[in-house]
Amino acid sequence: MERYEKAFLSACAAVLVIFLCALGYSSVAMNVHLPSHSGMIYCNAGQKLRKVLLKTPPFDHTGVKEIAPGKYQAVVIAKTWAFTPNEIDLPVGAEVKFIATSADVTHGFFIVGTRVNMMLLPGQISELDYRFTKPGEYLMICHEYCGELHHTMAGKVVVK
Amino acid sequence: MSTAVVSEPSGFALPQGQLNVIRWNIYFGFAVLAIGVIMGLGQALNYAQVDIIRHYPVVKSYYQGLTIHGVFNALVLTTAFANGFIALTTARGFGRKLNDALLQAALWTLLIGSLLAAYAMFADKASVLYTFYPPLEAHWTFYLGLALVVVSTWFISAAQLVALRGWRRDHPGERVPLLAFMSIATYVMWDIASVGLAVEVVVFLLPWSLGLLPGVDPMLDRTLFWFTGHPIVYFWLLPIYVSWYGLIPKQAGGVLFSDTLTRVAFILFILLIPVGFHHQFVDPGISQGLKFTVAAMTFAIFFPSLMTAFSVMYALEIGGRRRGGKGLIGWFFRIPWSDPSVAAQVLAMIAFLLGGISGLMNGSYTMNMEIHNTAFVSGHFHLMIGCGVALSYMGIAYWLIPYLERRELWSSRLALFQAFLYFVGVMIFSHGLMAGGIAGMPRRTDMLQASYDLPAWKIPEIMTGVGGSLMFVSAMLFFFIVVMTIVAGKKTSQRDLPFTATVQAPPTIGWQPRLDRLNYWVLASVVLVIAVYGPVILGHFPLRLTTAGLLYP
Ligand code: HEM
Ligand SMILES: [Cu+2]
Ligand SMILES: [Cu+2]
Repeated sequence: MERYEKAFLSACAAVLVIFLCALGYSSVAMNVHLPSHSGMIYCNAGQKLRKVLLKTPPFDHTGVKEIAPGKYQAVVIAKTWAFTPNEIDLPVGAEVKFIATSADVTHGFFIVGTRVNMMLLPGQISELDYRFTKPGEYLMICHEYCGELHHTMAGKVVVK
Repeated sequence: MSTAVVSEPSGFALPQGQLNVIRWNIYFGFAVLAIGVIMGLGQALNYAQVDIIRHYPVVKSYYQGLTIHGVFNALVLTTAFANGFIALTTARGFGRKLNDALLQAALWTLLIGSLLAAYAMFADKASVLYTFYPPLEAHWTFYLGLALVVVSTWFISAAQLVALRGWRRDHPGERVPLLAFMSIATYVMWDIASVGLAVEVVVFLLPWSLGLLPGVDPMLDRTLFWFTGHPIVYFWLLPIYVSWYGLIPKQAGGVLFSDTLTRVAFILFILLIPVGFHHQFVDPGISQGLKFTVAAMTFAIFFPSLMTAFSVMYALEIGGRRRGGKGLIGWFFRIPWSDPSVAAQVLAMIAFLLGGISGLMNGSYTMNMEIHNTAFVSGHFHLMIGCGVALSYMGIAYWLIPYLERRELWSSRLALFQAFLYFVGVMIFSHGLMAGGIAGMPRRTDMLQASYDLPAWKIPEIMTGVGGSLMFVSAMLFFFIVVMTIVAGKKTSQRDLPFTATVQAPPTIGWQPRLDRLNYWVLASVVLVIAVYGPVILGHFPLRLTTAGLLYP
């Protein structure tokens, strides 16, 4: 009986170790990165975050910019209840770095059908790299509840 | 072959006064669930593009209803049920009554807290969802109410510890009865886990909503929230594990295999508290290294869960074989399926198993990026809590309410039908949400009024609506059976809890008695919490409470 129990527990442990290795492999070898420390935007008492953003690079110039051949940067500000810009145009194969933040409450930034998925918090900068290999129109939505009209907060990414 | 029972065996019965307090906890929990599932029906149909939620009285928006659904079902019901049920298993495990004042205090703080929060939500001053991420801002009664709901659990914990001390004094050198050990471990785990939420609400959000603080630090509050937001799942689950380990084996005609294995599983849950960062995989401001560490710790949670699967399945197998089941899986069909209490909980276990598998997907952060905040997540946790936990509550109620009322269950056949209907409903509902989520359908979104839609979401939306409606009908049947049992069940004499025996008794020598010394495990857990959370929290000092709120969104 004891043996049965031990065998079962060892098998569980083995399965978990395999899972862990798969996770490590997928994040290192496949180069999947999560949003992490990308800087903060400080706002003093009495200042409006929205105003501060207008003077803080890169958020003083929202939109897409080619920073090297084939490499782009897309700067986005989320604010109740819209993205600025609400359309992002990219060529097929473009490697793009999304740099985004929120000007008020917590928002989400999700491009349906991709793994571009980040939370946008006021005062925090979120960054994520992605490569669009298929042409098409992608839905870009806020997927964190942000108030009354949250369900209207959407835009699109056009890849051609 | 069985040697020891998990509870003081001489047939102790609680004084009627304490049974009444327990009964009010349970009934209040179910009353709140009734309101919760009415909202749930509206949400499920809203996904299917059928508008009923906006025609409900009082409910002005989808999000107001969703806030009520989340707070009532996930916070109030679960607390009320745990406070009542675990008070009972603690007292019965020790064979002694609990402290009256503490038990009463727990009930009253829970009632007052819930009513305060309910006021804010029904008055449409708190449509912030049950996660209430600031700077969304609610009326102060919402925060105060939630704080009181948490405080009520601390009273139960205190009552348990008082009983433990008294019992130890009277029983020197004996092992803590397993039923009492599991019950206390549940609340000790929650004492540590609830600190994050308590600090978030009492130190930051409540003063802020009263105008005493200039603003909030959204990142810090989010981190505190998820510190509790992960292990709150254990708080939902462990009372159910108490039933699965301590009662179900007996109900199914079997015995529990190992006392030691059971205690180890509960202790592992006390140790594995600080993994809340896995809810923040796609948050900014948290390092990649920490996220990986927490992902690894998260996989460790499957260990106590698999241990539970092993123990419970083995107990059911013994039961099934004793009842004549043969072969590799023949025993499964011979467990007492005609007992609605057993059937409901075994179905809950199956849902839970499926939920656990989908949880592995959430936990792997590379996959998490494709489903974070999509409907996949709600599909996943309706398997876990919406079915694994809620259907177990119903199964437990099928012996608990007859026990408390001294009446027979009103209709076993209807109860059996109810359990299967709920299970089928959840399967369709969760499958719909998960399929939609994989196709990118967001959660917490008023899909009926959304400015976007995709053809790939069509069938998932319909499945969500159909499955949710079946769950709703089944839940209403459940309430009907409960009410009929209370008013019209056949009167019986006082019965006892169906507590089980173990194959291997708890040894009184060797290393095992140390398992009962919860202080060691608490200390280890706190050290782990500080190691994981300390640096992140310290990084927020000096505090910058400058983010302004968005009131009653
Ligand atoms: C008749 C049964 C039920 C139905 C039809 C139902 C339906 C739903 C739906 C459709 C959602 C998703 C809403 C959205 O993301 O926009 C939801 C969310 C949720 N449900 Fe249920 N549900 C039911 C029972 C339960 C039970 C029994 C529990 C817990 C004990 C529960 C806990 C939750 C929680 C915690 C959420 C998340 C709320 C949020 O994201 O803010 N539900 N429910
Ligand atoms: Cu939003
Ligand atoms: Cu978690």
